[in-house]
Amino acid sequence: MPRYLAGRVAQALLVLWAAYTVTFIILNILPSDPITLQLSAGGADVSQLTAVQVHDLKAHYGLDDPVVVQYFHHLWAALHLDFGMSLTQNVSVGSLITDKLPSTILLSAVAVVIMLVLGTSVAFLATYVQWRPARMLLARLPAVGVSLPQFFVGLLLIQVFSFSLTWLPATGTHGWRSLVLPAITLALPGSAMLAQLLTRSLSDTWREPYIVTARAKGLSRWTIQVRHALRNASLPALTLLGVVVAYTVVNSVVVEVVFTRNGIGQLAQQAVLGQDVPVVQAIVLIAATLFVAVSLLVDLLYSLLDPRVARAGRAA
Amino acid sequence: MPDKILSPNTDLVAPPEQRAAVAHAAAPASAAPPAVTPAGVALPSHAPVPAGVGTPVDDAVLADGAVLADDATPPPGDTGAGGQVRRRRHDLLAAAGPLLRRPGFILAGLFVVFVIVSGLAPSLFTSYNPSTTSPTDKLKGPSVHHLFGTDELGRDLFSRVLHGSTLTIKATGGAVLIAIIAGLTIGVVAGFFGGWVDSLLMRLVDILLAIPALLMALVIVTALGFGLLPIAIAVGTTITPTFARTTRAEVLRVKEQPYVEAARTGGASWGRVLVRHILPNSWGPVSVLAVLDFGTAVLVISSLSFLGFGTPPPAAEWGTLISNGRNFLVTSPWLSLLPGLFVGLVVFSLNHIARTFEEVQR
Repeated sequence: MPRYLAGRVAQALLVLWAAYTVTFIILNILPSDPITLQLSAGGADVSQLTAVQVHDLKAHYGLDDPVVVQYFHHLWAALHLDFGMSLTQNVSVGSLITDKLPSTILLSAVAVVIMLVLGTSVAFLATYVQWRPARMLLARLPAVGVSLPQFFVGLLLIQVFSFSLTWLPATGTHGWRSLVLPAITLALPGSAMLAQLLTRSLSDTWREPYIVTARAKGLSRWTIQVRHALRNASLPALTLLGVVVAYTVVNSVVVEVVFTRNGIGQLAQQAVLGQDVPVVQAIVLIAATLFVAVSLLVDLLYSLLDPRVARAGRAA
Repeated sequence: MPDKILSPNTDLVAPPEQRAAVAHAAAPASAAPPAVTPAGVALPSHAPVPAGVGTPVDDAVLADGAVLADDATPPPGDTGAGGQVRRRRHDLLAAAGPLLRRPGFILAGLFVVFVIVSGLAPSLFTSYNPSTTSPTDKLKGPSVHHLFGTDELGRDLFSRVLHGSTLTIKATGGAVLIAIIAGLTIGVVAGFFGGWVDSLLMRLVDILLAIPALLMALVIVTALGFGLLPIAIAVGTTITPTFARTTRAEVLRVKEQPYVEAARTGGASWGRVLVRHILPNSWGPVSVLAVLDFGTAVLVISSLSFLGFGTPPPAAEWGTLISNGRNFLVTSPWLSLLPGLFVGLVVFSLNHIARTFEEVQR
């Protein structure tokens, strides 16, 4: 187990480094002139500046160094959680992020809980209920959930629950009431995907011989579903859950803009609009860290739940 | 039969025959499934395209449809040799049967066709100009005259949605095209050459897969700027890795098939084997993925334009329309909800089509 663990952690760190490097390359090499891009992002009119001023500015932002030097400089700084200064807002990227991260984490956490409950119950009912029309409906529902754009779902919920019924606030960041609609919107596609996968693996599990044995022993459908089918079927769903949880943070970009919530997602949208490269780079790193951490956690959990996995890893 | 494979003019013989021969040799006597019809059936329908004359690309394209179609019928475990034998038009019809018996598929298909046609020629379906303002008609609800109502300047929303389709279809098509070309190239190169090339390319794909799609798209849009082309490139890049992976897996599978070995023995060069045998036969799962990715691409592209990274006004993609309508959500909800529903329907239809293909192929 320790060797498996060490291997997975090393792999995770490698992916993280690669993700940082790829974004760095895209952000710093693709545009024809990063200096102009970054200076005009800060609101300066480049054509008005003299060559000396441009040179000074470049030196100030460390842009006159060769790209490779810049890369190692930034990488080293990022390792110390120093992401530099925002180009559009005169504050450090670190403080911007620590400011906004908590509300996004809270939103994602609530969304993940909703996702789990909703996804599992739809899949559970879709395989448990015996009335055919209900079964069909429950099995088809997730396909709709996957297809609906999140901004549409968000706006629909606002229209119905905020403006027509006036139950919940449409926008804002404070209080649990403002959390409900965004969390549901954020959870919907994920729960639909979870429900699809779980429904399939549940109905596969129902065909296993040990289910027949359980039936023969006289257990009720309910007991079989809870004690045997669900436990075995949820293993494949665990992998998907990891992916979906990580995506929740990224999808918060759209959801936070729809509900005008103050968070990382909205920060990301503003950073891209203002072409604020350091902020974008930091957000990517944070999201990638989360992504890698969650999939690491899922893998470890998986090997705990199904020891064969770790053993296979050791054998390899 | 075997002498046919080894005959010097293999290159002039149509591949189906060759495969028929291989299939026949591989599956002795009665073990051959009904799918293995003698080359006689395959020939007439193939006749219009003389094998020696038609460019390899032509043939690959022709074969695409057929492969997609004839994977539907052969019994499982026989996708290799037997599936290739039944050919062309005859089989296209046979495979279309199960598709046509699904009303959901037909509805979804018709809707997608409507969207594409209306995107290419919006004036067929609406007489309104998308940018003609009419102050007296502003913020009117949906009615017979204005199917989707009118916006804050009195412009007809239905017409604006249809004209928006043009932009969104362009961006989606561009994105999927980029993904197919890049993904096929990476996948084929990795699967075909193997070794360190394979490892290198696949590690790259792994990294791209580790960065969530929307985030990657945001990074690329930051670097390239806003508009239709950057969005198409961004989305294309984000869906490339899955294409590459699927293509590689298919190429690896097809590479080991007996008919590839037979073609090699028959003297065909690797390039020819690649274009005429491996590519056409790897296409099935990749094409399903392409349809599925059209749905994803529409979703991500409209999300990006909703966030404000799309074409600048007055042109309006679906996402931009929805984002503008947000300001009038209290008084005129149809302004954002109807285009939103429209996008949802498009994505749902595309996903449904992809799923149906997948089910039929299985």
